Amino acid sequence: MSEQAARLAVRKTYKLFVGGAFPRSESGRSYAVTSSKGDFLANAARASRKDARDAVSAARKAFSGWSGATAYNRGQILYRIAEMLEGRRAQFVAEVVDADGVSAKKAGELVDAAVDRLVWYAGWSDKIGAVLGSANPVAGPYFNLSSPEPTGVVAVVAPPMGPLLGLVSVIAPVIVTGNTCVVAASERAPLPAITLAEVLATSDLPGGVVNILTGSSAEIAPWLAGHMDVNGIDLTGADPDLAVTCEELAAENLKRVLRPPAGRVDWLADPGIERMTAFLETKTVWHPIGV
Amino acid sequence: MFEYAPAPESRDIVDIRPSYGLFINGEWVEPQGEERHKTVNPATEEVLAEVAWAGEADVDRAVGAAAKAFPLWSGMPGAERAKYLFRIARIIQERSRELAVLETLDNGKPIRESRDVDLPLVAAHFFYYAGWADKLSYAGFGPDPRPLGVAGQVIPWNFPLLMLAWKIAPALACGNTVVLKPAETTPLTALAFAEICRQADLPPGVVNIVTGAGETGAALVAHPGVDKVAFTGSTEVGRHIARSLAGTRKKLTLELGGKAANIVFEDAPIDQAVEGVVNGIFFNQGHVCCAGSRLLVQESVAADLLEALKRRLGTLRLGDPLDKNTDIGAINSAEQLAKIRELSEAGEAEGAERWSPACPIPDRGYWFPPTLFTGVAQSHRIAREEIFGPVLSVLTFRTPAEAVEKANNTPYGLSAGVWTEKGSLMLWMASRLRAGVVWSNTFNRFDPASPFGGFKESGYGREGGRHGLEAYLAV
Repeated sequence: MSEQAARLAVRKTYKLFVGGAFPRSESGRSYAVTSSKGDFLANAARASRKDARDAVSAARKAFSGWSGATAYNRGQILYRIAEMLEGRRAQFVAEVVDADGVSAKKAGELVDAAVDRLVWYAGWSDKIGAVLGSANPVAGPYFNLSSPEPTGVVAVVAPPMGPLLGLVSVIAPVIVTGNTCVVAASERAPLPAITLAEVLATSDLPGGVVNILTGSSAEIAPWLAGHMDVNGIDLTGADPDLAVTCEELAAENLKRVLRPPAGRVDWLADPGIERMTAFLETKTVWHPIGV
Repeated sequence: MFEYAPAPESRDIVDIRPSYGLFINGEWVEPQGEERHKTVNPATEEVLAEVAWAGEADVDRAVGAAAKAFPLWSGMPGAERAKYLFRIARIIQERSRELAVLETLDNGKPIRESRDVDLPLVAAHFFYYAGWADKLSYAGFGPDPRPLGVAGQVIPWNFPLLMLAWKIAPALACGNTVVLKPAETTPLTALAFAEICRQADLPPGVVNIVTGAGETGAALVAHPGVDKVAFTGSTEVGRHIARSLAGTRKKLTLELGGKAANIVFEDAPIDQAVEGVVNGIFFNQGHVCCAGSRLLVQESVAADLLEALKRRLGTLRLGDPLDKNTDIGAINSAEQLAKIRELSEAGEAEGAERWSPACPIPDRGYWFPPTLFTGVAQSHRIAREEIFGPVLSVLTFRTPAEAVEKANNTPYGLSAGVWTEKGSLMLWMASRLRAGVVWSNTFNRFDPASPFGGFKESGYGREGGRHGLEAYLAV
C-alpha cells in the first residue's frame, strides 16, 4: 500500500491594499518575508514611489466621503472591523506567532487586545467632538463654537514591532476622527498588515480610507513625508535617522508630525487620546446674535 | 465725503527713550555686539529710537536667565502666577492710551484700531489666561499638566503688542518662562512691556525680551535650552523653523499666512456685507494674516455689491495714523510697501483690472491706497499669494459648491467668511471650508476665549481659549 500523498497547502499571495483593491506593486518588485526564526513565509510586494502616489490619491479621494460621514457611522464601521478581526482570530494568532516568535497564548492576548482596541476607538467617534469642542464665552454678542475636524490625508509609519496590535493602535485613532491614511507597514513583519487589509475590505470601510503599502520603510516613508497632498505624518515606526529625514521633508507643506516615542511603547497600555488629537484641527465658527 | 478737522491724539503721553538695550533677567543690559538698529515711524519716516540687535551670545544669556527662573515660576502655586498676570493686565489697562499711541507711532496703524481693538484685546488676553493659571488641572490635559520649560517666541509686526500677549500670557499661565523676540520694525511696545513686567514685580528671568532681526530669531529657535518654539509670521519662515526643529524634542506651534475667502451669497444684506468686506481686508491696512483678501461674490449680485463697495471705499480716510478719523494708516515698512506694489503690478500684468478711489497720499512715509482687482482668475498671483496689504481680489461664483471649491483652492487655511441670511447654508459652508476660523455674517473678530489658528500651510496649534493651553503644556 502506497503512502497517501500529503496535501500541499495553497499559499496566499500578499499584495498591496490601495483604494479598496489589492494590486501588486506596479514596479513588479517583491521581497522575501521570513519568520522571527528566519524561515521563508512569503514574498511581499515592495511598493514603489508610484504605488505611494496612487495610495495618496486614493486616500484623498476617500477623504470627503469619510470625513463627511456621521460620527455614528464611522463608529459602527470601526466596530465592524473589530467583529471581522475577531472572526479571523486563529489566522491572526498564527501570523503573529510567525512574525514575533511569541507563544500562541501570548499571540492570542495580542490579537484580543487589537480587537478590544478597535472597539475602544469605535466608541470615540461620536465623543471626541464633545470632549475637545467648546462653546466659547466671547465678550460680545456672538455665537462662537469650536469643534475638532480631521486633518486630511495622514501617512502612518507603522511600528516594526507589534505587527497587529501596534498596527491597529496607529491606524484606528487616525481614521476614527475622519482622516484617511496611507500606511507603511512593518517592513520586517508585513503579512499581518495585509491580512488586516482583508479584514478592512470586508468591514464596510469605504475603499481608500486605509491604504497599506509593504516594502522598505526607508523608501516609502520619505515619499509620503515629502508628498504635498499629505497633511500629516505619524512617525511612530521610524528609526531616529529616518524620523529626522521625514520631519524635514514634512516641513515643506507644514504637515502635522507625530514624532516617534522617546522610549519603547507598551501597546497594551491605555493609549490616551494623543494619537487622535495629533491629527485633528480646531475649527471655530462665529456668528452674530441679534434680532 | 464730509470734511473733518484733524483730530490727532497727543503723542506727549509716550516717553520714548533714544536708545534701548535688551531686557534680560529683569534688567536692561547692553548687547555684546555693537550692532544697533533704528526703528522709524512709517507714517513720517522719523527715527523713533535705536534698539540693540541681539546676537547669539545675548540670546544665550536670555535663555539662561529664563532657564534659571523656570524652577521658581513653575513651582509657584498657580494662584500666585495668576495674580502676577492679573497685575500685568491691570497695568496694561492703566497705561493703555500710552501703549496705543506708542503702537501707532511704531507700527503705522490708525489710533482708532490700536486704541479700540489692539489694547483692549491685549489686556483681555492677560486677564483670560491669568484665570487659567490655577485651573490647569481642569483643562482636560490630565490631573497635573506640566509646563514645558523655556519658550522661545518670535512675533510679527502687524499686531506687535497683541501678538506678544497671545504668546506670553498662556506661556506664563502654564508655568513656562519666556524669551521673546519682537519684530525688527516694531520693537517699542515689547520694550514698554518689559517695563510693565518690572512694575508688576514679575520675578527676574520669567520674561526676557531680545530685539533683533531674522538672525536673532534663528538663534533663539535653535538654542538647545529652548523647549518650546512659538512663531507667528510668514509661511516661508515657518517652514524653515519646522525643518530646523526636526529631530529635536522641542514643541512647535506656528501661526502663518493666509489667503482667506470672504464669500457673499445673493441673499446676504448687501450693506452689512460691504462693511464686512471692508473690515475684512482694509482693517490694519490688510496687514492681517486672516484678512479676507479674496472676495468671492455670487454672480447674480456681483455688480450691485461692487458698486456699493466702491462707493464705500471712496469714504475711507487714509493719512495720519494718530488722527482719530483715520481709517487707513501707513504701510509698516518700505520693504512691505515694495512687496505690495510688486504683487499689485503682477495683478495688472496678468490681466486683472485695478481700481482705487481718489485718495491723496502723504508726501512722506509708506502708503498704499485701498485697491481692488476685478476680473481675477484663480491662477493669478494676487489670488494665490498673500499680499499682506490693502488689496482685495474679487472673484465670482454661481453655486455654493463652486464657492467651496474656490475658497479651498489655496495651500492656506487660516480663516474664511460667509455672508448669507440662510442658516442652513451658512452651516453647510462652515462645515466644508478648510479653515481654522469661519466668520459668518461678521469678519475679523477676535477674543481671548476663542481659539485661533490654521489648517494646512497656515500653521498648527491654536492660540486663545482652552485650546491655547495645549501649546504650553507637556501633553
